[in-house]
Amino acid sequence: MFDQKTLTDARQGLKKWEAAVTQSTPDLLAKKRLSTISDLLIHPIYTPDDIRDLDFDRDIGYPGSFPFTRGCQASGYRGRVWTFRMFSGLGTAEDTNHRWHQLLKEGETGLSTAFDFPTLMGYDSDSPKSRAEVGKCGVAIDTLADMEILTSDIPLDKVTTSMTINPPASVLWAMYLVAAEKQGVSWDGVGGTIQNDMLKEFIAQKTFMCPPEPSIRLISDTIEFGTHHVPRWNTISISGYHIREAGATAVQELAFTLADGIAYVQDAIQRKKLDVDAFAPRLSFFFDAHMDFFEEIAKFRAARRMWAKIMRDRFKAKNPRSWWLRFHTQTAGCSLTHQQPYNNIVRTATEALAAVLGGTQSLHTNSFDEEFALPTEFAATIALRTQEILAEETGVINTLDPLAGSYYVEALTSRIEDEAGRYIKQIDDMGGMLAAIDRGFPQREIANAAYRFKKQVDNQEKIVVGVNRYVAEEETPIEMLKIDERVEAEQVKRLRDIKMSRDNRMVAKTLNDLRAACRSDANVMPHVIEAVRALATEQEICDVYREVFGEYRDPGFF
Amino acid sequence: MERDRKLRVLIAKPGLDGHDRGARVIARGFRDAGFEVIYTGVHQTPEQIVSAAIQEDVDLVGLSCLSGAHLYLFSEVARQLKASGAGAITVIGGGIIPEEDIPRLKKAGIKNVFLPGTTIDEIIDWTRQNVPPHRHASFSRKKVK
Repeated sequence: MFDQKTLTDARQGLKKWEAAVTQSTPDLLAKKRLSTISDLLIHPIYTPDDIRDLDFDRDIGYPGSFPFTRGCQASGYRGRVWTFRMFSGLGTAEDTNHRWHQLLKEGETGLSTAFDFPTLMGYDSDSPKSRAEVGKCGVAIDTLADMEILTSDIPLDKVTTSMTINPPASVLWAMYLVAAEKQGVSWDGVGGTIQNDMLKEFIAQKTFMCPPEPSIRLISDTIEFGTHHVPRWNTISISGYHIREAGATAVQELAFTLADGIAYVQDAIQRKKLDVDAFAPRLSFFFDAHMDFFEEIAKFRAARRMWAKIMRDRFKAKNPRSWWLRFHTQTAGCSLTHQQPYNNIVRTATEALAAVLGGTQSLHTNSFDEEFALPTEFAATIALRTQEILAEETGVINTLDPLAGSYYVEALTSRIEDEAGRYIKQIDDMGGMLAAIDRGFPQREIANAAYRFKKQVDNQEKIVVGVNRYVAEEETPIEMLKIDERVEAEQVKRLRDIKMSRDNRMVAKTLNDLRAACRSDANVMPHVIEAVRALATEQEICDVYREVFGEYRDPGFF
Repeated sequence: MERDRKLRVLIAKPGLDGHDRGARVIARGFRDAGFEVIYTGVHQTPEQIVSAAIQEDVDLVGLSCLSGAHLYLFSEVARQLKASGAGAITVIGGGIIPEEDIPRLKKAGIKNVFLPGTTIDEIIDWTRQNVPPHRHASFSRKKVK
């Protein structure tokens, strides 16, 4: 990007600056170890020399053009502001439907569903395993009837809904599609996302049910079904968020997520014989926005550039939309502190700003009280307002990718790309992500990083305000959301009533058909949809998966 | 002789919650501090945890829960340990736990609850001061049963 004279001058200038600084503040260069929150060592200043190998057209370019470092859409936020998508779900379907209407009224522009643990794991509310968990961490959904309540009076042809659901993704998606149909909305009219990313479950989030191989098969079934029947649906959200929250560095988050993406693309091509351009435009991504401001922005920019190259060069995709890495972002739950919880509002705002400067398509901002319980309506509204303030007041949406050309941000973007690329190469050499997971490779890398960071915080090498510095003598209690114990009883009763009143022969028949499909190469989705229509419960359907595919056990790496 | 024995610690994740970062970090912290550590992995029922604690003959069970189901799950582990004659095993817990729940947990037999922000050293120090090796000989368990 620079001629030889500029680079020579920059090197000389840097030496002069270092000499001056060494005299005035000797500590700055000599003693202090500067590193990002992910422990990437960084310099106190960057110059043209740090980005001497970059080529503007090849590496940076323009939004909407390969390699999309600066954004997928040419018009950026000038064309369309990111979607305000607040992850929410609590108690019963009625409770969550109420919260959704409230958030939409307050200016939210997309829905995002948090399910309770039994739903996430494929257990019904009346299972012994669900005891004390029903409606606690999200909404309890057992049958189509719950899904219809959840989406009642929500225009499913206008609002897009994201569902954080993994092993039972096919089931919840089927429920949503049938609920939409009952509203009179055809499948080609509904838009949304199912997370449906099992590899990161084995690596990080640990919401798993069946072993990796059949899990991938079920994902490819949904990708294939979506490609043919639900064209506006993102059938997978390839997620780095949970990898990061489990303790990964920014580089690991990016590398493992893209390696997961590679595995899904490969499987859909090999198993389903799909043309890459038929489904790749519907792949979406999900990243964490952590506290290290510039590192995160660089990570988002590197992510787009890397995926574009992977899709064009490795998978030979021809449609530019297949090269796009579109992503949702959530601010870092793991950065929130139990101590002095109001400080979390500031953390979330900073992280959200990084996500916006990194060009996210959609954003969830955490509520300040999430280190205690699910958010109150009050706390969730402040979190939503944070996004609205960024979009409406700060002016950051006016200029596309405003940090392009910053010596630091560009150097960091390239460095993260290089280091993540090395991880991907390592995983390729192991035989791909499934083989790497089998060896415990990503799990161990993350465990090491999590432990190192915890030690750094314990030693005050990394500072967390209110935790290891600026500690308050006394903490002020905050108001907390409590999930009423009646939720479990009510939900169990509703489920029993449905089991009594439905046509149980029809349930058995549809489950048998599904079992046969699981045992063959047939796509399971049409059979899941029929079972859902017959009011088979989530667990009844997942039990078929468990029976045919077996269950995965946590190897318990630490 | 007994005093020289390494303390045995079981770190366990009860319930359906998969948030295991804290549990894994603490397990590693105990191991690095010289304890013998067994980690159950996620998705354990109270029955499975109690049976692992007894089989592995541990002195301490550390439970981690971030899903909000701690009152039931932690209490159930403590109750079943007692019912199995292993009430001498110390049980502690941690996770996303509202302060107001701590008295109930202590009443249920959870000896201490560590909230986010606790250092590894604080937990290790507490353990060294408060957790005696619970058994005198490995056959004592059979007598209780």
